[in-house]
Amino acid sequence: MSRAEPEAGPSAAALCGAPAVTGARARWTLGLFRSELVTVFRRRRTLALLGVLAAVPVLIGGAVRVDTRGSQSSGGSGTAPDFIRQVGGNGLFLTFAALAATLPFFLPMAVGVVAGDSLAGEAASGTLRYLLVAPAGRVRLLLAKAASVLAFCLTGTLVVTAAALATGFALFPAGEVTTLSGTAIPLHAGLLRALLIALLVAASLVGLAALGLFVSTLTDSGIGAMATTVGLLITVQIVDSIPQLHAVQPYLFPHYWLSFADLLRDPVPWGGILRNLGLQALYAAVFGSAAWSRFTTRDITS
Amino acid sequence: MDQAAQAGPEADPWVIETRGLAKRYRGTLAVAGLDLRVPRGSVFGFLGPNGSGKTTTIRMLVGLVQPTSGTARVLGRPMPAAARAVLPRIGALIEGPALYGFLSGRENLLRYDAADPTADPRTRPARVAAALDRVGLAAAAGRRARTYSLGMKQRLGLAAALLQPRELLVLDEPTNGLDPQGMREIRSLVREVARDGTTVFLSSHLLDEIEQVCTHAAVMARGRLLRQGPVAELAAGARGRLAVTTPDPADAARVLAALGLTGVGAAADRVTAELPPGPPDAVDLADVNAGLVRAGVRVRGFGLERASLEDAFVALTGEGFDVAG
Repeated sequence: MSRAEPEAGPSAAALCGAPAVTGARARWTLGLFRSELVTVFRRRRTLALLGVLAAVPVLIGGAVRVDTRGSQSSGGSGTAPDFIRQVGGNGLFLTFAALAATLPFFLPMAVGVVAGDSLAGEAASGTLRYLLVAPAGRVRLLLAKAASVLAFCLTGTLVVTAAALATGFALFPAGEVTTLSGTAIPLHAGLLRALLIALLVAASLVGLAALGLFVSTLTDSGIGAMATTVGLLITVQIVDSIPQLHAVQPYLFPHYWLSFADLLRDPVPWGGILRNLGLQALYAAVFGSAAWSRFTTRDITS
Repeated sequence: MDQAAQAGPEADPWVIETRGLAKRYRGTLAVAGLDLRVPRGSVFGFLGPNGSGKTTTIRMLVGLVQPTSGTARVLGRPMPAAARAVLPRIGALIEGPALYGFLSGRENLLRYDAADPTADPRTRPARVAAALDRVGLAAAAGRRARTYSLGMKQRLGLAAALLQPRELLVLDEPTNGLDPQGMREIRSLVREVARDGTTVFLSSHLLDEIEQVCTHAAVMARGRLLRQGPVAELAAGARGRLAVTTPDPADAARVLAALGLTGVGAAADRVTAELPPGPPDAVDLADVNAGLVRAGVRVRGFGLERASLEDAFVALTGEGFDVAG
């Protein structure tokens, strides 16, 4: 590998890292990523997951419209305030209510399915061996898979946000936003915060995405990897809700998830948000490395 | 070995060369001490019963499986270390085709081509169309792969292997599950590819398949390589048999034995015997026939059964064969 062999042609030269072709290589890596995206989003299962996610805000909005007095909801447990009560007054709050309702389970479950299936599904169908013989390169394929899972995290969150915005503004009045601190900010500032919250929620899913990707490198069964990832999510959520286990809770990836509500305070207390992002980065580093170590050395026998 | 690598692959007569290649899965030895040499330009048949280690060997050659011990050089470079440089020059069909059922045939090929960092995206649509055309799938290119028949899937897998000009084509059981027509098509495609100068490494458990298309062959059994070489030499290892059809089998057997033939066996109206070792004309079959007639044996049929690869294979893998380490 150390010396370029002229008779091996331009392909070998490109692989040996000749600087003249790095630009072309970057484009081709993007080609694999684009192909990944197409493969993920062409799948009916992915579209069904996104459909379910889009239905949640519509359901919440519809329920609030029918019963405008509002009722005790289960979406705002823990540190998250009860956004649903405010939806009737300002449609923008449906965004926060929908994200608070989908973040504990719906969104991470969808991410767990896509992340768990990412490599294990390819192994189960046998397409993994052809991608690697093509040769996609193990590190390159892992990076493309990680990127497509992250893209799904963002897409899922944005689908919830967009559906909530559309439903909220269709069914309820819009106007100045009253923050949780009691101050009023104009609607466009509120929209900006809604977008920031969506990005923050998407970033909150990174830790689980890395965990799912790692699980996906362990098995040749797509269903098994999906079930394991979602099972881990549920277990962690349960552990996170048992007060007696508070010692481990700060290390659980969902622990600071609902800190996104802090963005609706004035001024914004960044502590919880940063702890959440730091924890996600830690999970991404640990399980990303584990996935790399496993996937680059394992025998592909499927 | 290093000298060969520096002289470039063209100077290397072997497209595939393994030394002591072995793979152990959780204590089970799948492949042991494999010294395989595939000459450049050959159509190489890799023969063995199911479970004899053919697929594990192929997976080691293309870098999917890490050998437990031993080395493999493919196109003059070590595998799996040089996988990124070697694999773009190889087309492979391993243990049947694998496709994305929800994508069309064309989209499947586009995806596999996008996975190859050396494949030029500007020529991608044209190369995909050419590959589809070559395997006769141009008309079905827009259909979802899920709706393809097994033969069509197999052909799409071949198209993926032919997306670029290749120096080596590795085909693992390419005719598995195909009807006779499909088998013929695959074989003619293999011959065509070989005519263009591509070395073809073809694994199969079907003897006549190897015999029909291959110039060289290797025989595997229980994870070990029993024999390799040109097909003609392998088949010559098993001598032809004389077969006589007669209503007087007992007399015929006696006469044949008296004429010095060995391994005489009679079954119903058929008597067979081995020709003595040596050049084929050491025993003149005309004399044998005359001898039978002189002895009053009535002969209905008289002929030499050509030694086939199957005879060689049975001789090699049959009971009592002393497996060489």
